[in-house]
Amino acid sequence: MSLSVAILLAAALSAGTAQAQESPAPPSVEGLQKAQDERIRKLEEEVQALKAAQTAAKPEPAQLGGAGGAAAKALNPDISLNGDFLGAIGHNQVRPVPGLEMHEAELGLQSVIDPYARGDVFISFGDSGVSVEEAFVTFTALPGEVVAKVGKMRAAFGKVNSTHNHALAWTDRPLVTENLVNGEDGIDDMGVSVSRILPAPGDLFLEATGQVFRGNSGVLFTTNQNRDLSYVGHLRGYEDLTENTNLEVGLSYAQRHNELGHDFLTKLQGVDVSLRWRPLRRSIYNSLLWRSEFVWSQRDQLPTRQKAFGLYSSLDYRLDQRWTVGTRFDWSQRATASNQLDRGGSAVLTYWMSEFSQVRGQYRFVRYDGRQDGNEVRLQLIFVMGAHGAHPF
Amino acid sequence: MGYTMNNRSMPSPRGPRLLQWLVVLLFALLAERPLLAAGKLNVVTATQDLAAIAVEVGGDRVNVLSIAKGYQDPHFVEAKPSFLLNLRKADLLVVVGLELEIGWLPPLITQSGNPRIQPAAQGYFDASRFAEILEIPTAQVTRAMGDVHPQGNPHYWLDPQNGLRVATGLAQKLSEMSPGDTAFFQQRLQDFRRRLMEAERRWDEQMKPYRGRKVITYHQSWPNFVKRFGLQVADYVEPRPGIPPSPAHVVELITLMKRQNVKLILVEPYFDLKTPQSVARETGGQVVVLMPSVGGNKDAGDYIKLFDYDVNQLVKAFQQAR
Repeated sequence: MSLSVAILLAAALSAGTAQAQESPAPPSVEGLQKAQDERIRKLEEEVQALKAAQTAAKPEPAQLGGAGGAAAKALNPDISLNGDFLGAIGHNQVRPVPGLEMHEAELGLQSVIDPYARGDVFISFGDSGVSVEEAFVTFTALPGEVVAKVGKMRAAFGKVNSTHNHALAWTDRPLVTENLVNGEDGIDDMGVSVSRILPAPGDLFLEATGQVFRGNSGVLFTTNQNRDLSYVGHLRGYEDLTENTNLEVGLSYAQRHNELGHDFLTKLQGVDVSLRWRPLRRSIYNSLLWRSEFVWSQRDQLPTRQKAFGLYSSLDYRLDQRWTVGTRFDWSQRATASNQLDRGGSAVLTYWMSEFSQVRGQYRFVRYDGRQDGNEVRLQLIFVMGAHGAHPF
Repeated sequence: MGYTMNNRSMPSPRGPRLLQWLVVLLFALLAERPLLAAGKLNVVTATQDLAAIAVEVGGDRVNVLSIAKGYQDPHFVEAKPSFLLNLRKADLLVVVGLELEIGWLPPLITQSGNPRIQPAAQGYFDASRFAEILEIPTAQVTRAMGDVHPQGNPHYWLDPQNGLRVATGLAQKLSEMSPGDTAFFQQRLQDFRRRLMEAERRWDEQMKPYRGRKVITYHQSWPNFVKRFGLQVADYVEPRPGIPPSPAHVVELITLMKRQNVKLILVEPYFDLKTPQSVARETGGQVVVLMPSVGGNKDAGDYIKLFDYDVNQLVKAFQQAR
């Protein structure tokens, strides 16, 4: 509408000007009409040409590219909170747990730092206070395909040690972890980690990780002097047996001074085996994981060195999109008294309300040192808020 | 203060020999470089759709591998270490973006040890930047809405025009990375454009009688597809994205289908057919398994064949549902 008005105005003005100039010899009405029509036609052509040029100059429709980058807060780190609420009924006099407990609220802050590194920080709030569970920088642009991490991190010793509570398939940690690998906290220390994929035959995936830590992981590893560092090495082999089935075997080694002094070492060796089956076409409905870890501990103490062994073996099966059943067998000597043996078994049922919350029930029986029994039913609610980064395989 | 020990019964620490060997091994390996296929760019894509588009443009001048298979749910791919063997050698990583792969791709990229494919590096190509994105939330997004994607619906490749847009962007990227092959990539792009336009005319003709029809889809995977072919989604089998159907929602769905005379339920091949089939039985409707991705079955072998398959299935189903 406005375009037509503009054209008519322009035509009228042009006509007026023309009339003023040609006043000595006034043209006929038909002539004027013709001239006006001609000018209007030319102006319309010009407008059409301009409109076409404008349309052609448009690079792409305005909607292209989604909403990425639109928000100024896009550079904030991803923030998440994982909640782990526990309840327990039954009796366990050796290692009692509270009847109801907000066991942990884990705050996660994760972000790319710059083109060369990313940062992951996990702060744990629980009954025992606040602690930095992990806070490390991963350098992703190093030469030689090396990936390095610097900061506080869970050590690459086996599988359970490097797994956060909310990502476990159980409400607790296996007895072998409790007895030989520093319980829930595990080997979690400040240091440097370097890993690299190694050349290997065929489709075998082989990765080596070397880690150096300050040497403070509870009573397991304790720094007595600055040079009393602890060391962890991990070799991981993985192969796809079929499209749906894969096998992973890991070898771990850890060594450091224990709380008794500079001359007292604790050495750990571990083997972990995981066999997974997850059909690609039915991946959200069915899967199976058999996992076992074997740990050998050698601890210097008085009057004699203690050599202890422990293992767990677990089987988890996803029945459908919402239900998972599992079982776990535990067998472990104690690090400080290898003549004491704890044995146990668990049955686990998990209900997935969604990807972001689960309810779990676990019946656990433990016979401590062949004498005292613990019989418990533990209930757990796990939830995640916000953008929690994916876990490594 | 610790105890002192008798050296004979308890040897003093002599340093971790295993770790020393590991460090030596690590340094020795720093010199080793992955052997890239001579003269060819190694392209790894998140999905088979992007792999198919990369092949259309790159032809035999590029090696293309996809991480996810066309018949698996691209939201729930496992971050298997075996994928790292290809990612560490990749010159270019092509991702769907819009957080479709957020549950599995970021740790793989971090662990790959490959600086070329880190986010924002030259070899990181987010295909969503070139596509028309639908369902971009305009209000606060919460998990109460289910597994929503805050940056818009990531299933954009199901509009052939978006496939062409991604191919155009990819031709530009490949030309930057291999300038000597620019003419080759451009020629292949033009050929792809011509074949796609021909195919689109065919699909439009086939779908013409059914424009405006309503369908039910299992997941919110098809907004670009239904917009392109003039269909309407009346409702979803999932009450919210990623949430399994509840009995109450199934009842609502049956009522809606009967009231609005909706006859087709479109299901991706990786979802359970039990609920859609029981809804179809109740309503006299029909379950149609459509392929959301190249490689979903053997008939959907490339990008054009994917639409050929889906359009043919839909036309057949609409004809039967008369």
